[in-house]
Amino acid sequence: MLLNIRNLHVSIEGKEIVKGLDLSVNNGEVHAIMGPNGTGKSTLAMAIAGKGDYTITQGEIIYKGKNINNMPPEDRAREGIFLGFQYPVEIPGVSIINFMRTAINEHREYKGLPPISALDFMEKMEEKKKLVEIQSKLTNRSVNEGFSGGEKKKNEIFQMAMLEPTLSILDETDSGLDIDALRVVANGVNKLRTKENAFVIITHYQRLLEYIVPDFVHVLYDGRIVKSGGKRLAFELEEKGYDWIKNEQTK
Amino acid sequence: MNKQNKYIALKNKLTTLFEENKNSIFKNEPQYISNLRNQAIEKFNQLGFPTTKMEGWRNTDLSKALSKNYNHFISSSRDNVNIEELFKCEIHNFDTDIVSFLNGFYVNGDSKLRQMPDGSVIGSLAKAIEQYPEIFEKYYNKNIQSDKNAFVALNTAFAQDGLFIYVPDGVEVKKAIQMVNIINHDKNLFVQNRNLIILSKNSKLTLVQCDDSINQQSSFNNSVTEIFVEENANLDHYKLQNLNNDSTLINSTFVHQKSGSNASTNSITLNGGLIRNNTFVKLSGQMCGANVYGVYLMDKTQHIDNHVFIDHAEPNCSSNELFKGILDENATGVFNGHVLVRRDAQKTRAFQSNKNILLTDTASIDTQPFLEIYADDVKCGHGATVGQLDNEAMFYLRSRGITEANARLLLMYAFAAEVINKISIKPLRDRIDDMVKKRLRGELSICDKCVLHCGSPEKEIHFDIKI
Repeated sequence: MLLNIRNLHVSIEGKEIVKGLDLSVNNGEVHAIMGPNGTGKSTLAMAIAGKGDYTITQGEIIYKGKNINNMPPEDRAREGIFLGFQYPVEIPGVSIINFMRTAINEHREYKGLPPISALDFMEKMEEKKKLVEIQSKLTNRSVNEGFSGGEKKKNEIFQMAMLEPTLSILDETDSGLDIDALRVVANGVNKLRTKENAFVIITHYQRLLEYIVPDFVHVLYDGRIVKSGGKRLAFELEEKGYDWIKNEQTK
Repeated sequence: MNKQNKYIALKNKLTTLFEENKNSIFKNEPQYISNLRNQAIEKFNQLGFPTTKMEGWRNTDLSKALSKNYNHFISSSRDNVNIEELFKCEIHNFDTDIVSFLNGFYVNGDSKLRQMPDGSVIGSLAKAIEQYPEIFEKYYNKNIQSDKNAFVALNTAFAQDGLFIYVPDGVEVKKAIQMVNIINHDKNLFVQNRNLIILSKNSKLTLVQCDDSINQQSSFNNSVTEIFVEENANLDHYKLQNLNNDSTLINSTFVHQKSGSNASTNSITLNGGLIRNNTFVKLSGQMCGANVYGVYLMDKTQHIDNHVFIDHAEPNCSSNELFKGILDENATGVFNGHVLVRRDAQKTRAFQSNKNILLTDTASIDTQPFLEIYADDVKCGHGATVGQLDNEAMFYLRSRGITEANARLLLMYAFAAEVINKISIKPLRDRIDDMVKKRLRGELSICDKCVLHCGSPEKEIHFDIKI
């Protein structure tokens, strides 16, 4: 099992958001996590990636057989976890090229490999840029600075392609995207799918799942997974709306 | 001895030094210069060294620096130093004409004043008084307000040497001029150099002014630079400061711009015990552009103070101030940007910005952007920020596998880069870029691989400094 989350409780500034969540992900699987706003989807993503102010008060996150509750975020990344941000951060003054080269070399150093050569790096960049259909000049710019919503999300997928993670968590990567950008993002994910790596796709709408077909769909409500099923569950949700879940829960 | 008495002790020591050495200070110089000296020492005597009770010095305490014992030389003490070795400088792909100063005195050997093929004159100020008396008299001390400034008065009284540059009408000096000012002595030194830079009409000059120290000895450098930028002339000026932690530098630069001229100064402060940069820009013609930029990276108990005064005396000029700094450990800083827009200076555009990152709770910055506007049709703005490294950006970088330490470095570098990117000469920009990265990594020592790549002087010098 690649990821095994057991009875996870996560608090932010003393307020509990995730309240006893269980989730198992195997290599090669695509999981979709859906649910109304404010139910803990992004909190779950941040907790897996290791953001400091997200405190795990109970339970554990087991990744590749290891408890990573206290692992620093950079080590999680170098162990193969990638988080595609809902709101990618703008970093003026740091070019995407420099950013990615630093990141790749840190990954290599962690694995005991020498730094990537300039030539290999440029080749890799070109290859991955084609994969996610991003414009060449974009990578010369500062990270996300002045990017449109679509460009930011494509840039997340580009970084994912560059870092070749084992477990990718995409947090509402589809939000704010027009249909073309959505297609590009979905194509990127589909091309990167292998038997080895897994995806957890957090989304509010079923729309993205028409392009990325999930193996499992989970519904998150009030900090817990309250319903799991196959891809049909997504259509059911779309049809009946989240009130269906809410009503079921309050019964 | 209390603070006040120490101030007076050094003040008395300097005035006595002046009185006792008048013969050698006044030696072979025109009467008007001696007169200026006499007036200036009197002024200095009246004013005394500034204390923290004075506006403008409230947050810069000189008492420690002024209470040390210094030696002050009236003439060059070491003419026989091997210049070639001391000032062997290379910035890759950056070809400069180097003018070297050791402990405040010109050291380029025989040719103290060089006339370049393009007609420009570069060299020792002391020599220029003899060889170009008319130019000298026309400009020297003409753009100085020494009646309020004790340091400028003191400099005028004592200064014996410094850099002299004269660029004739229409001449574009192709190679940048690099002034290398090194302080290296086995005793504490009080150094006062005086620089006079003249850009005639339609001329162009790039000047890089480097202040470096080689050993760990205390020094006090009171430097004054007068710059005249005549009609439609263009100046690109850089100040690189990389001094030891026991050095004090008071750097006063007076820029006088005529119509249609452009002048850009950029102070890059990498290290130094106490550094005060006073930059005065007077825009006394229409359609002038002035840029005053600075970046400072301080730690330990270092102190940086940037005081800028821009005087918009005429309409249709623009000025831009951008200062950015990172302060670590117990470092302290001051920014005071004062823009004066006089009543006739309509259509002025003036902007000032000071941004700071404090890495610890004990580092501090006192920032004061200040606009004083008497004209009614102007566009002016100012802003100041003080903050920490952005937590969201830190997490974003770390979530990609970048260690916390490297993420900090990347963000600090990115912060400083906004000013570095304004350096228009690419090889110089790359070199300074390197230095800033090294400084942030804590690898920069004061001489080893400084901007200049200076070769080591003859005698062995140890670099085991506490950086």
